[in-house]
Order: sequence, then C-alpha cells, then structure tokens
Amino acid sequence: MSVTGAHPGIFDGLPAAPRPEPGGNYLTQTRGLRSWLLTLDHKRIALMYMLGVLSAYLLGGCFALALRAILFHHNTQVFAGNPARTWEFYNNMFTLHGAVMVFMFVIPAIPAVIGNFVLPMMLGAKDVAFPKLNLASFYCWVGGGLFFCFILLKGVLNVAFPALIHLWGPGGLDTGWTFYTPYSTTTNSAVISATLGAFILGFSSILTGVNFIASIHMLRPRGMGWFRMPLLLWALYATAVIQVLATPVLGITLLLLIAERTLHVGIFDPALGGDPILYQHFFWFYSHPAVYIMILPAMGIISEVISVFSRKHIFGYNFIAASSLAIAFIGFLVWGHHMFVSGQSPLADAVFSLLTFAVAVPSAIKTFNWTMTLYKGDIHLKTPLLYILMAIFLFTIGGLTGLFLGSLSVDVQVHDTYFVVAHFHYVMMGTTLFAFVGGLYYWWPKMFGRMYSENFARWAAVVAFVGMNLTFFVQFIMGAQGMPRRYATYPAQFTIYHQISTIGAFTMGLGMFLVLLNLLHSLKFGKKAPPNPWGSNSLEWQTTSPPPTENFKTRPVPGDPYDYTGWRYVSEEEGYVRIQPPPAAPVPAAP
Amino acid sequence: MARTPPSADVVPDQAQAVALARYRAPVEVLPDPHQHLAHHFDTPKQQFDAAKVGMWIFLATEILMFGGLFVAYSVWRANHPEVFLYAHTKLFRYLGATNTVILICSSFTMACAVRAAQLNQRRLTVFLLALTLCGGVGFLCVKAVEYTREYRDGDFVGVLNIYQQAVYGKNAAKIHIGEEPQTHAGASTQGQGASATTVALVPSSATRASSPAPSPWPLGLEVSKVTPAPPGPAGLRAGLRIGDEDLPTPKPFSLTWNELPPFAKAHTHQFFQLYFLMTGLHAIHVIVGMSLILWVLIRAARGSFNQYYYTPVDLVGLYWHLVDLIWIFLFPLLYLIH
Repeated sequence: MSVTGAHPGIFDGLPAAPRPEPGGNYLTQTRGLRSWLLTLDHKRIALMYMLGVLSAYLLGGCFALALRAILFHHNTQVFAGNPARTWEFYNNMFTLHGAVMVFMFVIPAIPAVIGNFVLPMMLGAKDVAFPKLNLASFYCWVGGGLFFCFILLKGVLNVAFPALIHLWGPGGLDTGWTFYTPYSTTTNSAVISATLGAFILGFSSILTGVNFIASIHMLRPRGMGWFRMPLLLWALYATAVIQVLATPVLGITLLLLIAERTLHVGIFDPALGGDPILYQHFFWFYSHPAVYIMILPAMGIISEVISVFSRKHIFGYNFIAASSLAIAFIGFLVWGHHMFVSGQSPLADAVFSLLTFAVAVPSAIKTFNWTMTLYKGDIHLKTPLLYILMAIFLFTIGGLTGLFLGSLSVDVQVHDTYFVVAHFHYVMMGTTLFAFVGGLYYWWPKMFGRMYSENFARWAAVVAFVGMNLTFFVQFIMGAQGMPRRYATYPAQFTIYHQISTIGAFTMGLGMFLVLLNLLHSLKFGKKAPPNPWGSNSLEWQTTSPPPTENFKTRPVPGDPYDYTGWRYVSEEEGYVRIQPPPAAPVPAAP
Repeated sequence: MARTPPSADVVPDQAQAVALARYRAPVEVLPDPHQHLAHHFDTPKQQFDAAKVGMWIFLATEILMFGGLFVAYSVWRANHPEVFLYAHTKLFRYLGATNTVILICSSFTMACAVRAAQLNQRRLTVFLLALTLCGGVGFLCVKAVEYTREYRDGDFVGVLNIYQQAVYGKNAAKIHIGEEPQTHAGASTQGQGASATTVALVPSSATRASSPAPSPWPLGLEVSKVTPAPPGPAGLRAGLRIGDEDLPTPKPFSLTWNELPPFAKAHTHQFFQLYFLMTGLHAIHVIVGMSLILWVLIRAARGSFNQYYYTPVDLVGLYWHLVDLIWIFLFPLLYLIH
C-alpha cells in the first residue's frame, strides 16, 4: 500500500478501509418497485424524497423562467388584445412558482433529502427513530404535493386554454403563496383545495420534525454527547423544533381560512366583522419561522463542508451550535416585520424591528466562525466547498439586505417591491439552494457510490453563480427605485433591469441543468467512490459507499467529528483512510 | 421460561412425579421482553422512551394548533368583552359541566387502564378501556344534544347564526338591529326574564351620545344609524353607564341584546363561530381518540400487551389526557364568563 505521505509504514497492521460486501448495498439488496415504495429504510425514503423535491424544483423553476420571459418586455401580451387574461395568467403563474417552491421545494429539500439520508448515519444508528412515520411523511408529501400541483397547474392551463374548463372545471390560485385575506376570502380561484394541499404538506413537515427530534434525543450513541454532535445535527434539531412548533399554527390558520370560505364564520372576513390582520399575524407566525426552516439546515451543511475542505477543526463549535438554537428561538418573535405597513401599532413595529435586528447577531456569529475556519486552513477547493463559499457570499448579501428591510423607515419605502424579492431570493436561492446543491455534491458519493466530474461541476457552479447574481442583484436596484413585486407589466424605465434579470435567470437555469446533467452522468459513468473521499471524521463516512441497508457492519465509535488528524489521503484508494485506530474508551454520553 | 418447584429433581419415582405435577403451579410462560424490539433500537427501554418523546412532541403540535384558536378567542374577548358576556349565556352550562365531569372520569379510567396494562392484567385493561370509550361516547352524545339545541335556538355556526343574519344576512332589512333576533323555532326563550329586570338599566340615547367613537367597520345601514359605543375593554362599562346616579352595579348576566352597543352586535355572532370552531375541532379530536382507544382495546383483548410492552396503551392514554385537558380549558373559557 503506497501512501502519499512521508511515512510508508504507518498502515502496517491497521484494518483496511471497509469494502463493499458481496451482498450489495441499500440500493441493490432488495429489488423491485414494491421494495422501494414500501421501504422503511431512511436512505431509500431520502432518495424518493429527492426525486420528488427535484421534480417540484423543476416545475417551480420552469414557471420562474416563464415569469421572467413575460417580464422581458415592459408590456408583454401573451394573449393578444386581452391584457386582463395575460394578467390572470401571470397571477396564476407567480402563485404557482411561489407556492410550489416554498411548500414543496425549499422547506423539505434539505431536511427531507439530506437530513433523512445523513442524520441516522451521523448518529451511527440504523434508522431514524420512527421509520414508519418517515414513510408516512413521504406519502403525505406526495399526496398533498400532487393535489397542490394539480390545483395550481389547472389555473395556469385554464387561462391558457379556456376550453379545458369544460373538461375539469375551474381551479387555480391567484392569491400568491401567502393566501392573504381579504382577497383570499373573495377570489373565485380554488383557495380551499390549495389550502388543503398546503395543510397536508404541513403534516409531512411535522412528521419529519418529530422524527428528527426523537432520533437526536434517543439514538445518539455512547460517546456522542450533545456537544460532540456534528453541527448539521444541531441545525436539523433547531429546524425540527421550528417545524414542530410553527407548522401547526399554519394548520389552524388554513383551517380557519377554509371555515371562512365555506361557513362564512367572519374571523378573517372584514365584511362579517372579521379581522384580516389577524390572518396576517397567524400566517407569519408560521411563515416567518418557516424561512428559518429553510435556512438553518443550509447553515448546517455549510458548517460540515467548510471544516472538511479546510482540513481544520470547525472554529467556534459551541457558538455555531448555540446560534442555531438562538436563530430558531428569535425567529419566533419577529413575524411582525412582514406587517410594518399593515396597520400594526407603532410600538409593535418598533419591537419587531428591534427583534429582527437581533436575528442578525447569531447569523453573523455563524458567518464569522465559518470565515475563521477557512483562515489558515489547508483549503481543498472541491465542488462542495465552492458551492458553500458561494452560499456564504450570497448569504452575506441576502442577510445584510434583510437588515435594510428590518429597519422601519426603509421598509416603508421598499415594502412589496423587488427589493424584497431580491432579498429573499438571495437567502432562499442563494444560500439554501447553493448549500443544498453543495450538500448533494458532498454526499453524492455516499448516496450512490459514484464520483462526478469535478471540473464540469465547478464550471456549472460558476454559471449558476453568475446567473444568480445577474438575476437578483439588479432587482435590488429596481426595487429601491420603486418597482413593485407581482406586477405583470411595468413602466418602460425599468426595462433594462428586467432584461438583465431575465438573462440571468436563464443563465441560472442553464447552470442548474448542467448540475443535473453531471450528477446523472456520474450514476452511469462516474468512478467508483471510496468510503471516505473527503476525509471527514463524522460517522457516515465510516462505512462503505453506498452503505448497506443497516448502515454499518460494526457500530462505529464516535469521536470529535471535526478532528481530521486520524485520516490520510491514499492515492490508491482515491480517498482517505484511517491512520490510527478509533479511540478505545468512549466518553460516556452527557445526560 | 417455566417456573419449576425446587423439589422437582429429587422425585424418586414416576407415579410420585405425576402426582406431584398435579400440585405444581401452572406453567407460566413469561413474555419475551425483546419481542417487540425494532431493529434500530438497542433496548426495549430506549424504544419506549423514543416513542414517548415522539408522542410528547406530537402533543406539543396539537397544543399549538389549538393555540391558534385560543389566540383568536383572546383577541376577540379582549376587544369585545360585553359580547362574550352576553353571548355565553346562550350556551347550556349544565350540559357543558356534565361533559367536563364525563371527560375527567374517562381520563381517570384511562390512567387506570395504563396501569393495568403495565401490570399485565388483561381483563382489567380491556374493562377500563371500554369504560373510557363509554366516556367518549357519552361526551359526544351530550355534545350532540347541545349542538341540536343551539341549532334550534339559532345560535349556530356560519351563516346559520341568527346574529350574523341579523347584522349582515339577507334578512337584515327585516330584523331591525335594535331588536332581539328571532330564532329558527320562534322567539328565544333565553335571556327574556333577565331583560325584564334590567329595563331600567338600558342606557338612554343621551348617555350613548356622550361616548361616541367612530366605527371602523363597514357595517350595514341600520348599524350606522346608531352612534356606536367605544370599542375595547371599556365598552361594557360605557354601554351600561346610567349617568352619575348611584345605582347598584348591574349583574353581568343581565346584559341583553338591546343593551349591547351596535358595535358589539356586529361581533356577537363571532362568539358562536369561535365556540363551534373550538368545540368542533375538539370533538374531532375526541373521535380520533375514541378510534385509537378502540384500536388498543382490541389489541389488549387479543393479548398483545404485557408488562414489557404496553407502549400503545401508554401513548393513547397521553393523547386522551390531552383531549381532556383541552376541554378543561374550553369549558371555563366558553361557558363560565364573568
């Protein structure tokens, strides 16, 4: 065995890296569609989720491109001579884009795909605490999601081809993903069906959250106290807490909205003495924490990847872990900053503004700690790290513009303009999506046992990054100049910004397509992946790639997940192997 | 694992052994503690604890779901205390109290059933679970009686509520806002006696005009004819003020429809909407809980549980206690308002 390092004899007498068993791995141990659809294995459920979530992303992404195409000209007429129909078309499309992206892509993406795959393995466990619940969560997602997409697509298609109404009746949603009252209590579109779809999707999210909390509490192995967990687990834990505590409030809000439309109970409908602002309070009590459901797991991935590719212990572990919980906690107290111009009391405005600024503190703690991890590290600029660096860069822009929006006077100016659109796309797209793709690249060898083309992946990353900034940076400018969001037409003075934005969107679409191409290509033609291609010390890399159904042949012994001294690159293996046996006496778990 | 008397191996001859065997304790097969252990848990205790943690987290989501309704209740009660004071008298307090007793008793039998399951007393477990189920059935029966009577009185949900019809409905033109709304089955029987005793307390138009406040709500023509009383917590006091005369403080329950300020009349129907949404959601939870109890009852009757494995009984018990607990909050908040 030849070693790239200077100590050729160092591997003598040490166990070789785990080899794939002849019995196969979790992908091949059982075959047939049934064995997938009824599986209780968290890894297979994660892959099924991945297929679903990426399909939702494709759907939402196509409609984003369609929207940008309409906005290329300041007064595009899709249906000649009938501007109202074009606007209706546009309204249905932006609602579909937002609702599908939020409820079906960004919220489940990282927890349900990467979290489901990695969480039990990081714990050295065989599965999540409740495997059946995990499968139930997936089918809630599929059922709710198909229904939701059907309703939303129906609206778009009905406008495009009015003859279809005779086939399947009216449908669609034109309220935006927020279902704001009083419009949602009066519009003719299918609010009730869409709301039911979102309600069921929420159930899926809750079940995943319950599973993750119970798994992290109960399945940690001896030797892995709370502060020896990989930071992704902290992030997923904080996410799960939000999912569990906030999603039921969305559930009751949507039920009340259904009751409002069917029974006319007059809770939200001002025509019956109801209070539409109460709806906004309820909605944002869920939906603001929901943006932390979207961003926190991405932060967890960043923490994992940045340390591994810097070959350096994560800087400020305790602070990163605690800041996840702090973001989750403060995130519950800032919903009012969506309502600065809704007629809230000035006192509430001020308090919410202050608390919004407070969220910046834990976010900045994370960012500085990531930067410090890079500092003087032995940086390997592989694709996952490239994506993660891009995500941090974009998060810095998205996060700091969040402070603009959190300050009262500025928000009054830019409220509901493209400035807001740019801000949350920098955070949701820029950070969450880039971290998600980075995470996919990072765990792809573990998932499928194949390596992808590094160079191709890096170029695709650059294309996506350029597209992302082209699309959204100009939106800050036009938003600050007063271009409102959700409009199908605009004054000609904004044309140049919109055109740059549209070109950027298609560039980004190309970049995402290249990512997909590369990953699919690797499944068939990629080189076989070693057990530990990146030299991480967390437990999911201490088994074969891909792992067997039960994850580990022998239960791994947890150590410090960010201590890389025990791993060395071996060119024959094209991956890292252990140069010292695992610690003999595990530290007892903290209670 | 068989329990063997210590003398078993010293029996000298077969006849004696047969005779002795008659007096042996019946062979008891102890259940295998690991029978229900899933492959990804190390010990039954870990599995049980995980299930319990999961259930508690799920119960937290239930509380937050009801929390939305409790917040809506708080907002409306804080804004319109006089509405709640007036409208809650239309509910059937004694039926609500009966239901409270029924649910508390069924919670007690549920707790006993869990204990019986832990002690591997199968028949007792089944009996207690059946009693609990009966509690659920009784609760729903009483609730059905309540809903029926409320429907008869017109204090119903949605557009079937006479207070909503009176202020916003199609027949708002017929029913003057100053009049007691007519019920579906004729005149309301509730609150009539009270109004006779409080005729003197009806504020004159002069005192009403002394406390004007613009109504922010786009109400009907009838409402805008009358100067609204100030909204908010001060509304009740201002609405009942009689001037500077030193009269005894009016009893809260003597509030009548005529005494309600128009602003409050516009919101009266919301009390009933909230009442039906809250109790309706709770009733759905009762039905779910009863289905779960039936499920564990059947499993208990089949002997699925023993001293090492009673997790479903325990978790269903927790769920039933939550259902009970929510009612414990609903009852005073809806029926016992002062």
